[in-house]
Amino acid sequence: MKIVVIGNGMVGFKFCEKLISRSPHGFEITVFGEEFRPAYDRVHLSEYFAGKPMEELILVPEPWYTENHIRLHLGDPVKSIDRLTKTIVSLKGVSMSYDILVLSTGSAAMVPPIHGVDKKGVFIYRSIEDLDLIREYSVKARKAAVLGGGLLGLEAAKAMIDLGIKKTHVIEFASRLMPRQLDEAGAAILKSKLVSLGLSIHTNKHTYKVLGEEIVSGLQFADESELSIDMLVISAGIKARDELATDCGLATGAKGGFVVNDQMQTSDPSIYAIGECASHKDFIYGLVAPGYEMAEVLVTNICKERDAKSISSPKSFTGFDMSTKLKLIGIDVASFGDPFITGEKVRTILFEDKINSIYKRLNISSDGKHLIGGILVGEASQYNLLLQHCKNKMILPPDPENLILSQAGGKKESGSGLDALPEEALICSCEGISKGEIYRAVDEAGCESVDAIKKCTRAGTGCGGCVPMMKDLMVFTMKQKGKYIRNIVCEHFSYSRQELYDLVKIHDLKTFDAVLDQLGKGDGCEICKPVISSVLASLWNEMILSKGGDTAQDSNDRFLANIQKGGTYSVVPRIPGGEITPEKLIVIGQVAQKYKLYTKITGGQRIDLFGAHLSDLPLIWEELIHAGFESGHAYGKALRTVKSCVGSTWCRYGLHDSVSYAIRVEERYRGLRAPHKLKSAVSGCIRECAEARSKDFGIIATEKGWNLFVCGNGGSKPQHAVLLASDIDSETCIRYIDRFLMFYISTADPLTRTAPWLNKMEGGIDYLRNVVVNDSLDMAAQWEKEMQVLVDSYECEWKAAIGNPEIRKRFNHFVNAPAEKDPTVQFEEFRGQKIPADRNRLPVEK
Amino acid sequence: MSYPENTISVNNLKWFRACNTSDAVANGGVCVKYGEEQIALFYFTRRNAWFASQNVCPHKQQMALSRGIIGSEGDEPKIACPFHKRSFSLVDGHCMNDDTCQDIKTYPVRVENDQVYIGFEIIENVSG
Repeated sequence: MKIVVIGNGMVGFKFCEKLISRSPHGFEITVFGEEFRPAYDRVHLSEYFAGKPMEELILVPEPWYTENHIRLHLGDPVKSIDRLTKTIVSLKGVSMSYDILVLSTGSAAMVPPIHGVDKKGVFIYRSIEDLDLIREYSVKARKAAVLGGGLLGLEAAKAMIDLGIKKTHVIEFASRLMPRQLDEAGAAILKSKLVSLGLSIHTNKHTYKVLGEEIVSGLQFADESELSIDMLVISAGIKARDELATDCGLATGAKGGFVVNDQMQTSDPSIYAIGECASHKDFIYGLVAPGYEMAEVLVTNICKERDAKSISSPKSFTGFDMSTKLKLIGIDVASFGDPFITGEKVRTILFEDKINSIYKRLNISSDGKHLIGGILVGEASQYNLLLQHCKNKMILPPDPENLILSQAGGKKESGSGLDALPEEALICSCEGISKGEIYRAVDEAGCESVDAIKKCTRAGTGCGGCVPMMKDLMVFTMKQKGKYIRNIVCEHFSYSRQELYDLVKIHDLKTFDAVLDQLGKGDGCEICKPVISSVLASLWNEMILSKGGDTAQDSNDRFLANIQKGGTYSVVPRIPGGEITPEKLIVIGQVAQKYKLYTKITGGQRIDLFGAHLSDLPLIWEELIHAGFESGHAYGKALRTVKSCVGSTWCRYGLHDSVSYAIRVEERYRGLRAPHKLKSAVSGCIRECAEARSKDFGIIATEKGWNLFVCGNGGSKPQHAVLLASDIDSETCIRYIDRFLMFYISTADPLTRTAPWLNKMEGGIDYLRNVVVNDSLDMAAQWEKEMQVLVDSYECEWKAAIGNPEIRKRFNHFVNAPAEKDPTVQFEEFRGQKIPADRNRLPVEK
Repeated sequence: MSYPENTISVNNLKWFRACNTSDAVANGGVCVKYGEEQIALFYFTRRNAWFASQNVCPHKQQMALSRGIIGSEGDEPKIACPFHKRSFSLVDGHCMNDDTCQDIKTYPVRVENDQVYIGFEIIENVSG
């Protein structure tokens, strides 16, 4: 299908970008742009004067178009459209047929009919070329005027300041600045602030005439007053670029622009218009966000139409919220919902601080429940919160004025440490979701499950690392509201992980299916399956892939390797304590060479081999096991590594042999499955070179024995391990670790590492010490016995896997072509090794 | 386009013989090579039901759905991608936990004489 896009502005580009991301090879796309540069960020145009290089404003460099097979004709505007033959002709004479024509011609500056606007020294403020002309001319200008006190006009005024113009005047026809966004009081505050920055603001001014011979020398207004200036910049609004409509007879709106319906279709069903050139319900949207939304609607519908099987309904553009927040010359200005509404059905809350130039207005429904709109000048940090209230019709708190007053003096409540985090603390860094947003998802939008929060905020939908914290925050928030929480695993099991652990043990259940039959309902899912599998492994330590256990494992556990970008796997053999013979090092090198693997030293003193095909995994492990290696469990929620410093055998400071002790600890707990991964380290002296205090359990040598630290984590929220016991001997230390680990395994929530587990424990480290060291629960003997059973039943999973033909069969990519590898796996050369080729270029569908 | 071998035509669909029932994985997925395409085939043992979909996850274009975890939400059978846990309905292919994620294609499956067949729509006007 051939798509021709006319216009390479922000919206036209966004259309292409979205279309490519949905269907990289589905369409033949050609773009014509009038300007000589590929699409750039017009919103931040004034930063060009502030010194931002042009390259940083360009949205994507030209090669992007080639890489995505888009033909780009720059500096070649389309001159005519023949709707009968569905062909366009460009200025340079390129003729091209289309199946779908997308008009994204944007807008031009509106030049009001004023006498003498054609004089030298009069400019418009629209494109980079305009800016270059302004810059060139401004060198000899001392006094400038900007015609237009709206959003764009003030942007232009900012540009004048950046160019070093001594005196800049802003001329506005209306009675106030930003008449579309601000009320009189808000505009007055903004004006006073701008005046204090050196601008002259003239409102209620009807410009009549540009004075001067050939060159502008001043302005004359309708009230006959005059203003002497050296240059004039017109930024008084936009008009849609709809010239193409005239010749081919496309319908245009009363205020210009191609008339479009809710699907962005013009009066010709094969022609669409998006962005500032479209007239939707007689409205021209002069902001970029609605333009992007139009692009989204069009892309969705084009893709749906082509994929005839799709049953979902087409998307519609039903108008767009014109709420905006921006920084104007360092001043925050925001306007949302209906900022001006008055009358019986509305109550208005006003806050005005003339000393600090702050103005806030909230329009609230007369029942006090909903926010209808508002204005913020000078301070707009609550904009997102307010906008969310307004857009989502959230019920307002009883004292809504608190929403615009500073949030000092909030009530404190002790808890899991989550309350200590500031509102704006980022919980989900993939999606940029703050603690406050999650809190509000629970508190105001009524999300009472992690899935609901995910849908509401998108938090946790990227890497998923923040999900436990999200859950804690949800539980914490609900508890604060006095709600009863059942901390259940998912819809299939109405139990917490701790309850499941106990029930599986009491009922002596050995497989996921048995657990589901006895304790759950439905088919299970990607949440409960790994949880139950982990519980089963922690309790019985049977080979995890046996008895149909493979498909109840997380993908990494299912294939005993870590899935990586592109669908290959990485392999980590265990290297206890980080000690390895040269012979074994050579074997790793030879295996990596033979199977063409990328090698990297890990943070845990091991070697990771990347880029293994699924079907090569058993072959690789056969060779590694033959050389005396065993699984490193890097793929499992299990003990990973016990790092060590070189210790007293070599180090002149070493107190004890940390390497030997690390090997002993690692070999004791290897393969131990837990709610999350476990890391450990042993340092031979107080210098702590093994970084033991960043581990789940860390051991540091003292003159008299070992200090045992527990519940340390690295990761996104680092936390030092805390001292559990000091100056203990090696045997006692192992016994304490046995108890500590069994306590953790039997009680922690899924995917909760030891640090957050401790943080949530009532009584904290003192309670934990009482349980582990003083045996206050009378569990020590049982836990030590249970741990010994697990230690004694350890077997290398890979050794078991390669010896079992049924399991080995699962390591083929194609069920019906076992000898073939995944042909879509591709690599490229990088610093002498291989890395996955860019998957974005992978053909997705035929 | 030409159809791969092992294809029979019934009810306006081409039925491609994917594998023996014993080759499939209980309560999980396998990947089927269909010409140049890759199809994920799932067997829900508890329901004795079969489903098939595209193998590539539309979220990050990873060839991985057959290696994901199957399950259900309410009654709806689904597959969760092993990469970032996007879940897709195996009935209509829509993404169940991310409204911005694209749908996946699903295909009908039938089992006859211990053979598993995946149905593809017949494309008219093709040569070969």
